Amino acid sequence: MMTNVMTNVRTNVMKTESTLEKVLAAGQLAVTSECGPPRGAVPEKVIEKANLLKGYVDAINVTDNQTAVVRMSSFAACLLIKQMGLHPILQMVTRDRNRLAMQSDIIGAYSHGINTMLCLSGDHPCFGDHPMAANVYDLDSIQFIQMVKNMRDEGRFFGGDAILNPPKMFIGAAANPFADPFELRVARLAKKVKAGADFIQTQCIYNLAKFEKWMEGVRDRGLDERVSILAGVTPLKSAGMAKYMKNKVPGMDVPDEVITRMSGVPKEKQAEEGIKICVETIERLKQVKGVRGFHIMAIEWEEKVPEIVKKAGLYPRP
Amino acid sequence: MITAERKPIEEILELIRPYGRILLVGCNECVTVCAAGGRKEVGLLSSALQMASMKEGKVLDVKEMTLERQCDPEYVEELISTIDQVDAVLSMACGCGVQEIARRFKEKPVFPAVNTQFMGASERQGVWAERCQGCGNCILGLTGGICPIARCSKRLLNGPCGGSTAGKCEINPQVDCAWQLIWDRLKALGLERRYEEIMPAKDWRTSRDGGPRRITREDLA
Repeated sequence: MMTNVMTNVRTNVMKTESTLEKVLAAGQLAVTSECGPPRGAVPEKVIEKANLLKGYVDAINVTDNQTAVVRMSSFAACLLIKQMGLHPILQMVTRDRNRLAMQSDIIGAYSHGINTMLCLSGDHPCFGDHPMAANVYDLDSIQFIQMVKNMRDEGRFFGGDAILNPPKMFIGAAANPFADPFELRVARLAKKVKAGADFIQTQCIYNLAKFEKWMEGVRDRGLDERVSILAGVTPLKSAGMAKYMKNKVPGMDVPDEVITRMSGVPKEKQAEEGIKICVETIERLKQVKGVRGFHIMAIEWEEKVPEIVKKAGLYPRP
Repeated sequence: MITAERKPIEEILELIRPYGRILLVGCNECVTVCAAGGRKEVGLLSSALQMASMKEGKVLDVKEMTLERQCDPEYVEELISTIDQVDAVLSMACGCGVQEIARRFKEKPVFPAVNTQFMGASERQGVWAERCQGCGNCILGLTGGICPIARCSKRLLNGPCGGSTAGKCEINPQVDCAWQLIWDRLKALGLERRYEEIMPAKDWRTSRDGGPRRITREDLA
């Protein structure tokens, strides 16, 4: 009886069964990381990557055909991670699916206990391995958030029909404080919050001053009270990678001092320097009011996540 | 206007290879304005085809005609006097014109000589850019007169995405970010507050997704 009462109390406060939601609700700094699924039917690769993160993060984002390159579906890879007893975050882009396909995938994922997702529009197909593909974009990311929230809170499909056992998804969205026009970046976050985003994972932060300025705008509007912002970080492997990120990745802001610092150490020491920068970044971001956790995107470098988490004082996880 | 670009000559030659007598038909409307298939282009293509055929040791008989509007049955009817003297029709109109000829002359093969591109406007001499996708439910009144469906690469109704850089789209620095343009216009009009209203998901039934469209005007029909 007592247990029931306790469960009810918690259910009233929590929107979902998401572990990420629980960590955030407890006021702890959350840590998420990501895993890009393999380019083939090799489930062992997913398991291998997830094992590297096990115990060091609260939840694992699983990308959805990232950079518009075909990979194992996010849902399938999430399921493998879920079966390991870990907590996947289902990433989904509106590029490849219309609203029918998105909703069926969401109830499918939820049927397997996947309860956290990240709603994105996705990179344009021109960046990927199928530039000749039709892009769907039936919805944009903000309409997508609205749809998932409506499925959860109203128990309705987009078309209006009732859903049997509506999926209770903890809803994530992305924010890029470094894209243009800067003056719209807080306003666009406000739209995502209004649409129903519960948490935000930001673009990788290298330009701390600019991020802090954005957070100031976020706090001025009280948005940090309404959504949990996880600051995104990506450790640099080399000076070459830093330059590539600066020059070739749209919407990425890598200041010259970061490149100078990476270039200033011998090649064999650059990876170590990259980790150092990443840890320092996390330490500084901890001081920024409104930052509720970290999203560590170690691109094809998952094995470094435990070291970063430990060095940044984020270990052990709750 | 509907814009078009002429197909490569090799492709056109391949299309008409089996035929000796061709009727090359231009159109006086959009394709004339965008210099793809008007009277002048008909003349140029006709000469080019005849020269290319001659090189292959073949005689190609090309009759030239340019109709007022190839998408209009009234004008397509003008082909009636010539159609029996040719083996095939090569149209320099947009896809609407090609199909109107196919509809009218059921037993005559018709081939497109241009690739129909988009509904657009002239940006400057010799440059045309896409402006409208014909979605069937115009939202320009909400977006400062700039269409995010036609001009945002991801057709975001609540942009800009995280790839907007210095006013340009992430797919190509030649492409303006539609949402930067919209924002600039909203500011110029003193309508900044409108930006934060969430634009609802589009009902695509009024667009091509609802199946081929038709307009029936009872007052005119």
